[in-house]
Amino acid sequence: MSGVSKHLRHAAVGAAALAAFGIGAAANAETNLAGKTVQWTIPFSETGGSAKWANFFAPLLGEALPGSPKVVVRFMPGAGSTKGANWFQKQKNGDGTVMFGSSGSTQFPYLLGDPRVRYEYKDWKPVMATGTGGVAYLPPALGKKFDGSANKLKGEKFIYGSQGATRLDLVPILAWKMLGLSVEPVFGIKSRGAGRLMFERGEANIDYQTSSAYLKSVVPLVKDGKAVPMMTWGSLDSAGKIVRDPTFPDIPTFKEVCEKTDGCKTSGEQWDAWRAFFIAGFPVQKIAFLPKGTSQEVIDTLTAGFAKVKGRADFEKISAKRLGKYPMFVGKDAQAALARATSVPDSAKAFVKKWLKADYGVELK
Amino acid sequence: MDILGTVLPALGDAFGLILQPGVLMFLALGVVMGLAVGVFPGLGGIAGLSLVLPFIFGMDTVSGLALMVGMVAVVPTSDTFASVLMGIPGSSASQATVLDGFPLAQKGEAARALAAAFASSLFGGLVGALFLTFFILVARPIVLAFGLPEMLMITIFGLSMVAVLAGRVPLKGLAAAGLGLLVGTIGEADAGGSLRMATYDIAYLTDGLKLVIVGLGIFAVPEIVTLLRQDRSIAKGAALGAGWFDGVKDWWRNKMLSVRCAVIGVIVGVIPGLGGSVVDWIAYGHTVQTTRDKSNFGSGEIRGIIGPESSNNAKEGGGLVPTLIFGIPGSGSMAVFIGAVALLGSGDLEVGPQMLSANYLDITYSIVWLLALANVVGTALCIGLSPTIAKLTTIRFTLLAPFLFMLISFAAFQSGQNLADLVALFSIGLLGIFLRRFDWSRPAFLIGFVLSNPAETFANQAYQVAASKFRDGMASGMEYLFGPIVIVLIVITAISIYFGIRQAKVIMAEGEVKSGGKLAPVIFMVLVGIYFVASFYNASLISDRLITDKIFPMFVASVGMICVAIMLVTMARRPATDTIFADRESDVGESPPVHGLWPTLAWFGFLLILTSLAGFILALLVFLLTFMRFRAGLNWSKAGIYTVCSIAFMMFMAWVLNREFPPGLLQHFLELPWPLT
Repeated sequence: MSGVSKHLRHAAVGAAALAAFGIGAAANAETNLAGKTVQWTIPFSETGGSAKWANFFAPLLGEALPGSPKVVVRFMPGAGSTKGANWFQKQKNGDGTVMFGSSGSTQFPYLLGDPRVRYEYKDWKPVMATGTGGVAYLPPALGKKFDGSANKLKGEKFIYGSQGATRLDLVPILAWKMLGLSVEPVFGIKSRGAGRLMFERGEANIDYQTSSAYLKSVVPLVKDGKAVPMMTWGSLDSAGKIVRDPTFPDIPTFKEVCEKTDGCKTSGEQWDAWRAFFIAGFPVQKIAFLPKGTSQEVIDTLTAGFAKVKGRADFEKISAKRLGKYPMFVGKDAQAALARATSVPDSAKAFVKKWLKADYGVELK
Repeated sequence: MDILGTVLPALGDAFGLILQPGVLMFLALGVVMGLAVGVFPGLGGIAGLSLVLPFIFGMDTVSGLALMVGMVAVVPTSDTFASVLMGIPGSSASQATVLDGFPLAQKGEAARALAAAFASSLFGGLVGALFLTFFILVARPIVLAFGLPEMLMITIFGLSMVAVLAGRVPLKGLAAAGLGLLVGTIGEADAGGSLRMATYDIAYLTDGLKLVIVGLGIFAVPEIVTLLRQDRSIAKGAALGAGWFDGVKDWWRNKMLSVRCAVIGVIVGVIPGLGGSVVDWIAYGHTVQTTRDKSNFGSGEIRGIIGPESSNNAKEGGGLVPTLIFGIPGSGSMAVFIGAVALLGSGDLEVGPQMLSANYLDITYSIVWLLALANVVGTALCIGLSPTIAKLTTIRFTLLAPFLFMLISFAAFQSGQNLADLVALFSIGLLGIFLRRFDWSRPAFLIGFVLSNPAETFANQAYQVAASKFRDGMASGMEYLFGPIVIVLIVITAISIYFGIRQAKVIMAEGEVKSGGKLAPVIFMVLVGIYFVASFYNASLISDRLITDKIFPMFVASVGMICVAIMLVTMARRPATDTIFADRESDVGESPPVHGLWPTLAWFGFLLILTSLAGFILALLVFLLTFMRFRAGLNWSKAGIYTVCSIAFMMFMAWVLNREFPPGLLQHFLELPWPLT
């Protein structure tokens, strides 16, 4: 899948479509990506959070890159995103026209040694990364028993609507376990939104949402007195320390709650495992990559493009509204973010695998 | 909410927003693009929306909504073309339309069937919008009343439609539904990730089979192969009978049915995560049960079209409720729609509870009525086109078939972008051919397949939540499981099954089939039995820790095994003329096939093998040329023109939609320019 004709094809589609919509685009022939099409492959369906993420950045990036190329988002869902990632591993066109977007759901199978993983993060060239946070919340009756520690919640029976123990849900489920809460995950929920609906119907009595979903859908519930925030997963400062999430400065972090709760330790094997998977799943959740073997010049071009997007005067405003308040890393910072997200100690991996098998019978063979 | 103070001004504002030349132009543009994409089977709203997504960013809110709503709204209208004319279920919204629509096309009454369908769609869409205008204000508590037990019961109610569509031998219908349910469990389990009838070595199977492929395989492939073997036109005698005006009159005579089915559509569409796939079957079941003379169903009963078509456009309106006020998409295209809404205007608009607040109510109503308006525009266009498009049914089918094979292969490939998609289409198509031949209910199979995942997950989840409620006390558990909605649904389901079984013997959902020899039907029965046993054994291997992954397939397989065992005993006792030995091959009827099954199928296999070797476009080149020359008997130059036109068309489609073609072995070794990739 390469060749000039393909680029021409997309350019022509773009031109025709632009003409049809009455939007003019001036292509600058002097710069290197003019007339080309950047294919940004997302290993999920058109309907998920990564689709929203890429659809937001694509037109802005196109504008920011030299030559204003067309950036199209392409979807390749399957096998829990490992299909698309395996495909990307085999890509060789390092001319800037092939880009990939991975997410926590791509990172976790890699870290857990899922048998379907044929990709290697270390081969890929990160150009941009964004993170998110997460907030756990409770129904009002149980919220009253929460006093900054989980001590009074220990006798309760919790039900949680989960997408699966090997996914991002691993982070909240492990956190609640460390607090000594007895949470029974009901697996097979199709989205976090469906999990929130279970909470609203009273079928689940504990839940979490990522920052933007929390702001959009749970804050109204909190205002109506139908939900009470419990804790955030926190945020990473530049030294790699877990601090309060800047989006939710008034909500304590899991770390703070753990310190106050009897029997919960913020050191040792269990804590290290939680921390490692938290970092891989939240502060560095989505990363844009160029394939293995891409030249530094091309990497620099794309990096500069994303930096320009980040530097837009209105970026904070438009991204907060359309995407939620995400920290965004570009270039060297993205490199560092990737390193943090994928360097999970073997002991942490082993711990999580053992725990998943013991508590849920889930084995990755 | 204060109706006079809030609703009426908001409605007024909404019409003020919509009824502007610019907005209407974008709506019309959306409708035309939606129609162009929607008439091709397997490509629905998502393909259309992806097409406009790059231009949505920062677009004026109402214009952008008009463009997207126009596109989404016409898909359940436009896919009626494929259902009626070719017997291809264009999307999950038009599965039931195939049952009576296609037989009408074969009688030469395609225009009438299409017109009745479009009139019903239009009316359903308008009734849906009207209902929604008021319902949306009180919808929130009602939607929240639908918990897991309620959704499970609706799923079971949907499954009970199998009773109506089971055919002459109820056990056979049950076994067909069971087979559908089991095929639906193939792949990774939702709950614990265990593999069922799949292996990591064949990565394709771990994701399970897609509805597009199963729908095309079960309905389209057998019909195409049958027509191809008879070497005639779709309309017998190549003559067109009743025209579009008769269809509109048919609808008018059945307007009350249309109203009822539209209301069913809205209500079922409102329930998040379920609506779309069952609604047309429920509407079809309702139609059958409220029709006095049931003898024509399956062989061209116009009410069988009016019912489901009235409900499927209304369903889109209902689907707006979970989408807009909960931010939970009712369908795939609604999910893309939500994502795109955030890109509109200044990005202020976010779907969620605030859509009902005084600030946004005008936008909400704009969406509801844009949907209705799009239905009007789309229907007018479709009715206008139908007499012309209906002429397709008079063309010698041998000339259409390879083109259709090309289209459905392309559509199937889009579902997984894998050559295995074509293999799956071929395999399911083969199963469909045998189900049709031995008179196993294909609708029952498809209902089973569609409802397999909801039935399994809702059952598991409801069980888990109920168990925890029972730990709190007997009363709270019973209250949770048997709420008023559940009890009402249980009663409706019981009544529907009772009458369904009584009536099923009269309803030949797929026409009458004669019986012939014993051997072939028995062999097929045994093969189905073996699949049940294999599924049972395969599921039993899953560790007991993951009981939620194994209990459902084991239960369904057990029921299937019992059905097959009873039927085998019956077969041993009955004479070869008994209905249980139904076999279409023994029934030559009016138009005996001039070609055998296997040579015909071999052509399709030939395309598949060529594709796996040389990629889709090169394979098409050889396939179309040889088919037209040797099977259709055209001369080389005509065959060449046909081939060139078909491939040019295919390339244009893929180019506009930015889609890939299936690559073959050749592409593995050689880098070729598009479209040969």
